[in-house]
Amino acid sequence: MSKVPMKRVFICGMKKDRKQILEALQRAGVVEVSMEKAEDDYLETMDVMPQKAVFDRNAALAESALDTLNQYAPDTEGGLLKSLEGAKDMDLKSYYAMTEQCDAYMKTATHIQALAKQLAEDRASIPKNETRIESLKPWMNFDLPLDFQGTRDAAAFVGSLPNQVSLDQIYQSLAEFAPDAEGVDASIVSSSEEMTCIFVVCLRQDAQQVEEALKQMSFAKAQLSNMVPREQVDALTEEIRRTNADIEACINEIKGYAKNREELKFAADYYRMRADKYQVLNGISQSRKAFFINGFIPSPYAKELEQKLTGDYDAVVEISDPSEEDEVPVVLKNGVLADPMETVVESYSLPGKGEIDPSKIMACFYYLFFGMMLSDAGYGLLVVLGTGYVLLKVKNLKPEMKKMMKLFFYCGISTVFWGIMFGSFFGDAVNVIATTFFNRPDIKLTPVWFEPVSEPMRLLVFAFGLGIIHLFTGLFIKMYELLKAGQVADAIYDVVFWLMLVGGGIVYLLTMDMITGMLGLSFTLSPAVGTASAVIAVVGLVGIVLTGGRESKNWFKRLLKGAYAAYGVTSYLSDVLSYSRLLALGLATGVIAQVFNKMGSMLGSAWYGILIFILVFLIGHVLNLGINVLGAYVHTNRLQFVEFFGKFYEGGGKKFEPFTENTKYFKVKEEN
Amino acid sequence: MANSGLFWALLGAALSAGLAGAGSAIGVGVAGRAASGVVTQEPNMFSKVLILQLLPGTQGIYGLLIAFITLTQIGIMGGDPNISLVKGLLYFAACIPMAVGGLISGIAQGKCSVAAIGLVAKRPEQFGKAMIFPAMVETYAILALLISILSIFGIVNVPF
Repeated sequence: MSKVPMKRVFICGMKKDRKQILEALQRAGVVEVSMEKAEDDYLETMDVMPQKAVFDRNAALAESALDTLNQYAPDTEGGLLKSLEGAKDMDLKSYYAMTEQCDAYMKTATHIQALAKQLAEDRASIPKNETRIESLKPWMNFDLPLDFQGTRDAAAFVGSLPNQVSLDQIYQSLAEFAPDAEGVDASIVSSSEEMTCIFVVCLRQDAQQVEEALKQMSFAKAQLSNMVPREQVDALTEEIRRTNADIEACINEIKGYAKNREELKFAADYYRMRADKYQVLNGISQSRKAFFINGFIPSPYAKELEQKLTGDYDAVVEISDPSEEDEVPVVLKNGVLADPMETVVESYSLPGKGEIDPSKIMACFYYLFFGMMLSDAGYGLLVVLGTGYVLLKVKNLKPEMKKMMKLFFYCGISTVFWGIMFGSFFGDAVNVIATTFFNRPDIKLTPVWFEPVSEPMRLLVFAFGLGIIHLFTGLFIKMYELLKAGQVADAIYDVVFWLMLVGGGIVYLLTMDMITGMLGLSFTLSPAVGTASAVIAVVGLVGIVLTGGRESKNWFKRLLKGAYAAYGVTSYLSDVLSYSRLLALGLATGVIAQVFNKMGSMLGSAWYGILIFILVFLIGHVLNLGINVLGAYVHTNRLQFVEFFGKFYEGGGKKFEPFTENTKYFKVKEEN
Repeated sequence: MANSGLFWALLGAALSAGLAGAGSAIGVGVAGRAASGVVTQEPNMFSKVLILQLLPGTQGIYGLLIAFITLTQIGIMGGDPNISLVKGLLYFAACIPMAVGGLISGIAQGKCSVAAIGLVAKRPEQFGKAMIFPAMVETYAILALLISILSIFGIVNVPF
């Protein structure tokens, strides 16, 4: 339906035009180039991977420079909405002008990254110096360098003992471990619970003995340094101050580049584009004077491209239909309403060969189901206003984002519809406000159809009915596809028999009093209808048993397989039951909204009651809206992917990925 | 014990909110740990993994829903809180599917979400599919919710 038909395109051009033709193709962005290596002695391919790697590196460098810039000088313009924006338009003239400057832009990027590196180093050095200062603290009162060894006749030991030790204890231990040493002088520089810093002086000749003794006492030498501790601490503090100033300067310098932001963006885009071009260049076959490009093009663009290329250059363009074996890439195109469905289909899988694009048919059910699950006019209105605002306000929205916004916009409209049907506006807010604050319990929103909370069975039956329609639609699509492929027999075996069995079965069930009573349906079907439907169902069943295993030659095996296929009817039961989530999620939204309204109105109509009501109302409904939009979205998808797609859709199509300006910030426009 | 019916109904409501909430708490908890892990590496994935983390949170809401309907029906939220023992027991029974179903499916869905978060971390483009797996588990919480709701609304018509 709405799969865009694809053509094969073959372009043959002269080597002298290669650059221009490739650039024109890239700007047009409608050709997916097949990367097939030529198997021919005459043709060869170029290896331009090294150049491509350089471009990739440049693009990455510009991106990381942008990141650095954004970290220190955030782009505040435009606020939150800005982040939703896609690539900006740019005309060809300014594109060429900026291309000339790209080397300069890269210098800026390199410089920003050098500054970033400097920043990282500076930041790492501060804690290092701080630890150093911390370790010097106990030595602050010591006025010799810590590596002081002594004089010609006297040896000195500077270091620490574990735990708190008194001077007496030190002398005692020294006397014990070094009894022969005389004239040993020890002094305590500082002491704390963990360690005692000491300074020991003795005669040079006793040095060894005293050192041994100190070792026995677990003496640890102080960290070597040729400066007096106080001076060193001052020096380190000064260095930290300098580093901080340096950091400040670096940040300011980076901030100064804020005006170059656009240039960096351009450089990133430019090198990305060139890398893409070289990727293609790497894949195309060339002879001595000519080059050849093979690829796919959506047929609406084929004529235009052919005219452009043959008109502007000495080139031959051949458009042909793809052959049977070709794995044709898929691109979907749909009208306004079904357009957002494409992202949903794509997140499952694009349609494979011989499959139709289900977007259009899916769209009706999607909006319907989403609306039923959220089913509150107030919430729907908020969704519509929110997405509508973004759609209007942000002009060049990213394409996927735009589809997403449109999806929720339509879902919101459907939600408003169902909210009115079920009489729900922020739950029962109208009634609660009227009752609590105006003492008018008679004012309330009357549902146009009925209130689900009071008649849940009715909604359940309706949900099942919708489910059956949804499932049958899936089966009909399968029939359509099989018939289109000329497999009439398969269409009868795999679809018609199932329709007979399931459809007949359902009608037969409806003729039973027990079922209609349970579902609360008022009509009764005549026994004749019952008999007829039973016959249809049985014919379907027999058909499935006979044909379900038709690929087996052996009759016995075939019947067994057929019987197993018929057992698959149970899956229809669970499929239909699955649609009960339409009721359950719809009720959940409404009842939780009521809970919040009730909680808010508990304090009555005094001024603080009003205040609390507003507070609870705001927080509660935002919470409920968030969680239920998520629920409705997930479960609508599930109904489409599992129940609906399960009947006919396999997917597996390859996405159409044209050779294009794969840019993030700018989009170069071809002038006309 | 003239009012023991009320006790049973209240116990049912309490279990439904409590157990289903506990299931969700466990589920959202484990999924949140996995999500934090992913966001340490890929801060851009925040919104995607957040959605996956929230999926097991619905059981708690369904439990709350059942508890609230029960409380309204038995008259605790205003009205006449005087119901027979039989009705009280019926309300208790009606709450059990949501309580048990919510607890266990919440935990199971949490584990499933963890795996889905892992999938999205490696292949972000498969988000649509990753979302479906935890949603499969939720089906059973929805079915439990459905039976609990239908039962509670049905009890009003019981003549005792």
